[in-house]
Amino acid sequence: MERLNALARRVPVPVIWGLGLLPLAWLVWLTFTDGLGPDPVKALEHQLGLRSLQFLVAVLCVTPLRWLGLNLLRFRRALGLLAFVYAVLHVLVWAGLDMGLRWDEIARDLVKRWYIVIGMVGFVAMIPLAVTSTNAAIRRMGAARWRSLHRLVYLAAAAGAVHWVVLVKAWPAEPLIYAGAVAGLLAMRWLRARGILPQLARRVWG
Amino acid sequence: MTPRNGRLGWSDVTPKAHWLNRRQIIGAAAVALSAPGLALPGRARAATYPKSAYSTDAQPTSLEDITNYNNFYEFGLGKEDPARYAGALTVDPWSVKIDGLVDKPGTWDLAEVLNGAPLEERIYRFRCVEAWSMVIPWVGFELSWLLNRVGVQPGAKYVAFETLVRPEEMPGQQTAILDWPYREGLRLDEAMHPLTILATGLYGEEMPKQNGAPIRLVVPWKYGFKSIKSIVRISLVAEEPETTWNQQNSREYGFYSNVNPEVDHPRWSQASERVIGAGLFGGRQDTLMFNGYAEEVASLYAGQDLRKDY
Repeated sequence: MERLNALARRVPVPVIWGLGLLPLAWLVWLTFTDGLGPDPVKALEHQLGLRSLQFLVAVLCVTPLRWLGLNLLRFRRALGLLAFVYAVLHVLVWAGLDMGLRWDEIARDLVKRWYIVIGMVGFVAMIPLAVTSTNAAIRRMGAARWRSLHRLVYLAAAAGAVHWVVLVKAWPAEPLIYAGAVAGLLAMRWLRARGILPQLARRVWG
Repeated sequence: MTPRNGRLGWSDVTPKAHWLNRRQIIGAAAVALSAPGLALPGRARAATYPKSAYSTDAQPTSLEDITNYNNFYEFGLGKEDPARYAGALTVDPWSVKIDGLVDKPGTWDLAEVLNGAPLEERIYRFRCVEAWSMVIPWVGFELSWLLNRVGVQPGAKYVAFETLVRPEEMPGQQTAILDWPYREGLRLDEAMHPLTILATGLYGEEMPKQNGAPIRLVVPWKYGFKSIKSIVRISLVAEEPETTWNQQNSREYGFYSNVNPEVDHPRWSQASERVIGAGLFGGRQDTLMFNGYAEEVASLYAGQDLRKDY
């Protein structure tokens, strides 16, 4: 674990940004080479949403990994902002390319369609987090208030996962796996806050 | 067309003029050699078919898109899964069981079903319940032609259809994502309507496997899932048959499932649709009542509340 931590310390944060934006570069490449298949709008929309959810899951992994001794805290801001970047693009593609800026239909969907309402709740929850992601904002707000505000990430991740489960037909495995991962990561925090998780860990690992 | 991911596309196949030529020669030879009425089962028998007055003059979707963007859960949930996995499906030999309230029940070889079938080209709009659409140049014949041949008995009120179950060739059937076999149904008057066809091909060629080879239903005024693929059984029945998506979620998928921009799917709007092939900036177009076939079929539902009978 010490060696892993030492390795992580040597990785500059911009590397995370670079790696995190690779899928975006790939999508841009596919877009301009006719590589997105017969329904490029849906493909783009889905890929962007999926990346956002993946980065949200990654953000939620940082704290449990710390309990195990692996410190990736330095990368958390980049991971969170990457989730936000992909979410912004996802929403833009939805409104602009998928809905074709049909504002009346967009407005109706925003009040009537559960999966869109839930997705939008998750997206809106991420906005204050992105806005207060600077060191200056943390200083201004104070660590305690900042931390409680940033618990909104739980809502964002849960909403993102549910948004996907609700929009698909039947019960395909992939969205359920993501929903399970988010539920598990949130449950861990709840159990730990109640002191149940350490007890369980002691029982399992002696 | 640009090849996608370096894969060969349909556009890379022999130029159409060449195969048209070739087919005419082969076709002439086949006619000369074969006894009359001995059709090649499941094979397109000529390059061109009589055009139909029921065809739309809208520009058909490209063959590449029609054959690479399919909902055919027997081969997986992804739109590209059918194109990837349907190659393993054996479509010859193929038989169709026709039973229930008919004068001539039995299990028919596909060649017998197609024997003398008045095949023609039907260019239809196709509207998926997921709010996307295509225009597809089917090759097929009116279902009523077959039903009249087998003799519909007076008690029959509905027609029920079943898709093949063969998990070893249909990997999607190895999971219980739907209750196999896939089942669909029509009211008898819908089934007898001249717009309702059994299709055996598209773009003048035999039906690609991912599109429901060797024989499938096409009901152009209903959401695509009603147009059941790879049919092995047609039953004339007295009661409304159970249908797959209706069983899966009856609130979302009604027995009728007529295209209707005013009756939304509980989770999404049906007011507009994305046109496959329109590209990144194609936007949406308004969905038409009965998918644009209101003039032909609206009278079938006179007196019915389409919000209730969705």
